[in-house]
Amino acid sequence: MSTSPETSPGTSRETSRETSRVTSSAGPASRTAERLRELRAEGRAALVGYLPLGFPDLAGSVDAAKAMVAAGVDIVEIGLPYSDPVMDGPVIQSAVERALAGGTRVRQVFGAVEEIAATGAPVLVMTYFNPVLRYGVDAFARDLAAAGGAGLITPDLIPDEAGAWIEASDRHDLDRVFLVAPSSTPERLASTAAATRGFVYAASTMGVTGERTTLGTRAAALVADTRAAGADLVCVGLGVSRPEQAADVASFADGVIVGTAFVRPLLEAQDRAAGLAALTKVAEGLAAGVRSADRTIDR
Amino acid sequence: MELDQARLRDSLATNEGPYFGEFGGRFVPEALIAALDELDLEYQKAKVDPAFTGELMRLHRTYTGRPSIVTEVPRFAQHAGGARVILKREDLNHTGSHKINNVLGQALLTKRIGKTRVIAETGAGQHGVATATAAALFDLECVIYMGEEDTRRQALNVARMRLLGAEVVPVRTGSRTLKDAINEALRDWVTNVETTNYVFGTVAGPHPFPAMVRDLQRIIGEEAREQVLDLVGRLPDVVAACVGGGSNAIGIFHAFLDDPGVRLLGLEAAGDGVDTGRHAATITAGAPGVLHGARSFLLQDEDGQTMESHSISAGLDYPGVGPEHSWLASIHRAEYRPITDAQAMDAFQVLCRTEGIIPAIESAHALAGAIEVGRELGPDAVVLVNLSGRGDKDVETAARWFDLLDDDPAEKVAEIPGEQL
Repeated sequence: MSTSPETSPGTSRETSRETSRVTSSAGPASRTAERLRELRAEGRAALVGYLPLGFPDLAGSVDAAKAMVAAGVDIVEIGLPYSDPVMDGPVIQSAVERALAGGTRVRQVFGAVEEIAATGAPVLVMTYFNPVLRYGVDAFARDLAAAGGAGLITPDLIPDEAGAWIEASDRHDLDRVFLVAPSSTPERLASTAAATRGFVYAASTMGVTGERTTLGTRAAALVADTRAAGADLVCVGLGVSRPEQAADVASFADGVIVGTAFVRPLLEAQDRAAGLAALTKVAEGLAAGVRSADRTIDR
Repeated sequence: MELDQARLRDSLATNEGPYFGEFGGRFVPEALIAALDELDLEYQKAKVDPAFTGELMRLHRTYTGRPSIVTEVPRFAQHAGGARVILKREDLNHTGSHKINNVLGQALLTKRIGKTRVIAETGAGQHGVATATAAALFDLECVIYMGEEDTRRQALNVARMRLLGAEVVPVRTGSRTLKDAINEALRDWVTNVETTNYVFGTVAGPHPFPAMVRDLQRIIGEEAREQVLDLVGRLPDVVAACVGGGSNAIGIFHAFLDDPGVRLLGLEAAGDGVDTGRHAATITAGAPGVLHGARSFLLQDEDGQTMESHSISAGLDYPGVGPEHSWLASIHRAEYRPITDAQAMDAFQVLCRTEGIIPAIESAHALAGAIEVGRELGPDAVVLVNLSGRGDKDVETAARWFDLLDDDPAEKVAEIPGEQL
């Protein structure tokens, strides 16, 4: 933390300016961004799938992530289980609680990332900040990069507080995916877009992770506003669970992020094989949804 | 400009956040930033607006019962090395603790912002009861999140909140205690932030809560400083207060921060003992990290997972602590010591028997600290103790601890090791 007692609330803007300088001097292209642009060239959005590490157990979570990729998921998000997941709804909370109760350890994420990355899909780690802080921000970045990971999604870390992570991600060529929300001001959309490497994660709605029957119109507006604020690549998450929703989001966003809908079949399955089969079916449906999107409206 | 910087350097009491040294900040989802900015901006305006401060002072006088008195306790002091011990009587406030000071300010602010619904977390129920009280007074919809374990242990406070018109939501995730109640309240806030203000109960959480809640509690120390000067003719040698999240302690410490001769003593809950691992002594035994929106000391394992805390006092049973306390500890301006359940309950009994005052078990930790430091300093010392709450809510716990219940042996305390209210 490079904070000092003299820092006042007004300095967050200065931090943002600094972060945008850092971004513009970044080295090699982001692997995630590269994949998203390839898919854009193919005329479709990416399907980004989330699963928590260690659920139902370590090997089971790796198998599930691979199955997801085999069924059409383009980019994988591995969630690091955390004791206080304030951005997660009940389904992901129960999976994460079970992962922790099963003894899942932070350091196991690197091996898992390595195995999943072998499929060729970019693998991001979604994590609350304290486990990274505890491991050591630079050490975490180093070990994630060594494992072939693409970067981090940080739901409780805003760019204003991310000085150490921004430095470390630059040093190790990792993506840093920050979130924007329907409540974000134009100034914050701009500073977040500038600090981001990879893509900006647009929260479709105000709330936590979970399935929603309708997404409303805020997601499309937020994506447009985020692009207007300088972001090239914007993916949408929170609430997407059904193929027709995925198709809808894929018509205006660069990626459709799905979590709860992938976790639920694993939670509800009678056994491992049934869980993987159900997960595969969900992934195939969403992948088809993404591929069926009508992108003529927006592009 | 130079003058200002010199003043800032010299005064420890002017720190407005978001950072207290390396502690504090805003480690929250982006979705909450707009609401935190709005709250901060409105609060900065309100605190210099005579309409706001005047209304708050009127409520303190006519509703809470401020200024709260101080009581010198000579019979208790015989157990504290003969030092002069003076209690600041926050236990006499409406709703029975210092929590009302903060809640009235935040409820006024909620009205000012134009929001119609308040949410709050509560452990023992004191902050929940205070929030439900203010919500009734200001006609706000009120939802209180409380760990399921705590709703069971504090059934009477649940009933109190419901009598006052609040909805009480038992939280069934994680450890089902205060920490998880805060998580659930944060999830509600992210979802309903357009209509809802989060009335945070302590000096932790993201900016502006640590500075704002401190400002609203600062009245404790401002009153007490004058009262002790009147009574004794000089400043106290030690100011003692219990520290969970740390709001009553910051409230009484602040008026003395720039008095270098006054030692500030925070007493943390050591539960069964710091070396047993079953405690809530965050600064004594924790390490810096991020929890509930701020960087501060916290109880965490080697993976950065929050550890469960343990204390006989539900109000201190929290694995985090406010960032300003972490800062005051790091610059050695305040000292933090652990007090075990047994030490606290001994002090609890001494105050009951010698002075006819039943303290909250939280505040009994501060009393135990006063006994300890009084014995160290001897009869010339003056020790000011923040008696942050009254013990009505703790009668059942205390009766079990001291084995005062005559009921069915099958229901005896022995069956409930680690009972925490």
